[in-house]
Amino acid sequence: MLALGGCGDGSGRSTPAMRGSIRVATQLSSTSDTLDPAKGASATDYTRHFMLYNGLTTIEDESLVAKPSLAQSIESDDRRNWYFTLRRGVRFHDGSEFTSRDVVFSLLRHKDPVTGSKIASIAEQFEEVAADGKYGVRLRLTGPNADLLMVLAQSHCLIVKAGQDRPDGTGTGAFRLTEFKPGVRTVAERNTEYWIEGRPRLERVEVIGIPDEVSRVNALLSGDVQIINAISPHSTRRIEADPGLAILASPSALYTNLIMRQDQLPTRNLHFVQAVRHLLDRPLINRAIFRNLSIIANDQPIAPFQKYFNAEIPQRAYDLDRARWHVRQGGLQGVRLPIYATEAANGSVDMASILQEFGSKAGLNFAVNRVPADGYWSTHWMRHPMTFGNTNPRPTADLIFSLFFDSGAEWNESGWKNERFDRLLVEARGTADEALRTEIYGEMQQLVHDHCGMAIPVFISLIDSYDKRLKGIRPIPLGGLMGYRFAEHVWWED
Amino acid sequence: MAGPAANSPAWIGLSKVVIQRIGSAVLTLLLVSVVIFVAASLLPGDAAQEVLGQSATPQQVAALRHEMGLDQPAVTRYFDWLVAMLGGDPGRSYIADMAVGELIGERLRNTLTLAGVTALVSVALALSIGLASAINHGGKLDRALNIVTLSLVALPEFLIATVFVLVFSVKLVWLPSIAMVSAEATWGEMLRSCALPVACLAFVVTAQMARLTRAAVVDQLDQPYVEMARLKGVPLRRIILFHVMPNAAGPVLNAMALSLSYLMGGALIIETIFSFPGLASLMVNAVTSRDMPLLQSCAMIFCAAYLTLLLIADIVAILANPRLRS
Repeated sequence: MLALGGCGDGSGRSTPAMRGSIRVATQLSSTSDTLDPAKGASATDYTRHFMLYNGLTTIEDESLVAKPSLAQSIESDDRRNWYFTLRRGVRFHDGSEFTSRDVVFSLLRHKDPVTGSKIASIAEQFEEVAADGKYGVRLRLTGPNADLLMVLAQSHCLIVKAGQDRPDGTGTGAFRLTEFKPGVRTVAERNTEYWIEGRPRLERVEVIGIPDEVSRVNALLSGDVQIINAISPHSTRRIEADPGLAILASPSALYTNLIMRQDQLPTRNLHFVQAVRHLLDRPLINRAIFRNLSIIANDQPIAPFQKYFNAEIPQRAYDLDRARWHVRQGGLQGVRLPIYATEAANGSVDMASILQEFGSKAGLNFAVNRVPADGYWSTHWMRHPMTFGNTNPRPTADLIFSLFFDSGAEWNESGWKNERFDRLLVEARGTADEALRTEIYGEMQQLVHDHCGMAIPVFISLIDSYDKRLKGIRPIPLGGLMGYRFAEHVWWED
Repeated sequence: MAGPAANSPAWIGLSKVVIQRIGSAVLTLLLVSVVIFVAASLLPGDAAQEVLGQSATPQQVAALRHEMGLDQPAVTRYFDWLVAMLGGDPGRSYIADMAVGELIGERLRNTLTLAGVTALVSVALALSIGLASAINHGGKLDRALNIVTLSLVALPEFLIATVFVLVFSVKLVWLPSIAMVSAEATWGEMLRSCALPVACLAFVVTAQMARLTRAAVVDQLDQPYVEMARLKGVPLRRIILFHVMPNAAGPVLNAMALSLSYLMGGALIIETIFSFPGLASLMVNAVTSRDMPLLQSCAMIFCAAYLTLLLIADIVAILANPRLRS
């Protein structure tokens, strides 16, 4: 049997990949892989779409500011009526010119239910999109939205060719599609006529899916792939042992939160919530579960690197005496309560165990109920006094607050109700003044920090890893793999 | 089918068996398709919801259901599929928006290649190990082989595969850790990239087949006719080849057919570890995304492969054994 394998020499790291030709392995690839940016649902999709298409705006660095891309300039006086002047002379991969028709088509298709767009609910804000000549587009929203340019830089809003109800990869992007097999691979080659001078610097990128984490790490270690995403913190040791490989930890606003329902006892008791929050040893959680790669959080959902983060709120820390005091004040001594934890909420099982340990010191008897990931969200999440949630980053503060903290929201996880918070949420949407917005969002963070039945111990960083001969890689806190936009920016050096 | 029936009654008997078996195979396939359809319909959610995910609006779900034809009653959908299938059209995948045939085509070729190469390697190995063991039964070689095969049967595939990857890909860097077969790859490249999956599968399958071969041959070696042949001075090789093997063929071939049909659909763990684009992972994919047409086609292929292998095993057993032939 081994004789079979004997033929041919290693293609491992001793004999590197073809110059400027790399292979990327992501954690998900299936028959639902798509060429349609509107339908993109995974890191694999986003990576593919950012290679093939461009957006009206783009976010390319740590500043997280959306800059014009296919739009040359953008004007708006009231944040409701927007005017985009498009870049001239940009061509699609098939040679046709990029014009306002493509923009109108690409934006309006999100509103058609048949498209199946992932941002259909956001696109309802597009009241009217109209071409103004060949190189101008007017966009009117249903109400002012200061975050529009951020939204347009997301992969879902990338521009496809007018008339393509099922986009086939013909975009204006840095790479041309040469092979696409759902669930198997995507191959793209350098677009030699790319409209940005000097880009891309790779000849060929192949994207494959290796769903099994251990196999993904092994593929990188054996040199079969040059960059992988989503590795577990515990695999970092194996990567670090290899001098040819590096780790890319991207700060992320992803969090696993402990939910304490405000409509059930004893979690409704604010003393209980406060006791639990003071029992969480956040540095320990970060060290033990995330190998110090995550960011300590302060029981509110805006991460320190995000716009509108309120740094004034004092960091809550482990304090056994205070926890005991709250337990006594709330008459909670000897309370027995199950915590529902699951693999589906990343790190929750370990967090629950840590809390159980510290809880016993303060007189709270927690039991860890470990339940299967399958069906967790429909059967357990938010349905018991104490469960864990897991929330992916949302592009704007408004979205995260409206989806998860508004009193009326379907996913108001803790079931808290705060009238002041709800009022501020609406007020912020219509406020143009940045200073005022910062102030409003700052107060909302304080309200969540003080009153919401929720503990957010850490923001979980996304960990990727790559071959050090790939240059130009740096973390961008929009997602893994430089916000899934790495292919256009990186280069290979032997 | 057995071709034109000759005058000999043996051929008539055989073709009768074959026709009967084909008839029951068609019935089995039909039943399996009903069971799969019903079972998959019982799963929560449908393809439209799976595609749209959490952010779906009710209008989107309705529009997509209509496009996929999921707004039709289940019975209508089943019979539409059945009629199309009988006409040779496996339909269109709900999820990938491609013809099922196109999706399956390459995967089927990959799976057949993997299964074929593994079968060649493992059948040869299993027969040699089984026979060597049986001839020496009770001897040192037999005991050594027993220990090896028994421990291999007990070892789970994922362990063997993981150890192989660590040793041959990560440490020695001899072989790729992922088996990415591409259409342009030459045979050499193909074999190289499939070496580890083939080795792992062969380990598991060989051990089982070797155990069963040994048991069947030992059983025959204890029979009086073997003793008789020995007393008459027939050389051992002749006894094994012409007397024992035809009699042992039935159980041995059956064991092989079962092991090989496992290679078609049961290689999921190996496909996952080596990221091999085969049929098993495609079928799992079809289940999780509720992609009925794709799921049904995969199930039909696995079921048909299984039945065909068993049928071939039976036919060969009948042909090999003079007593069964008449």
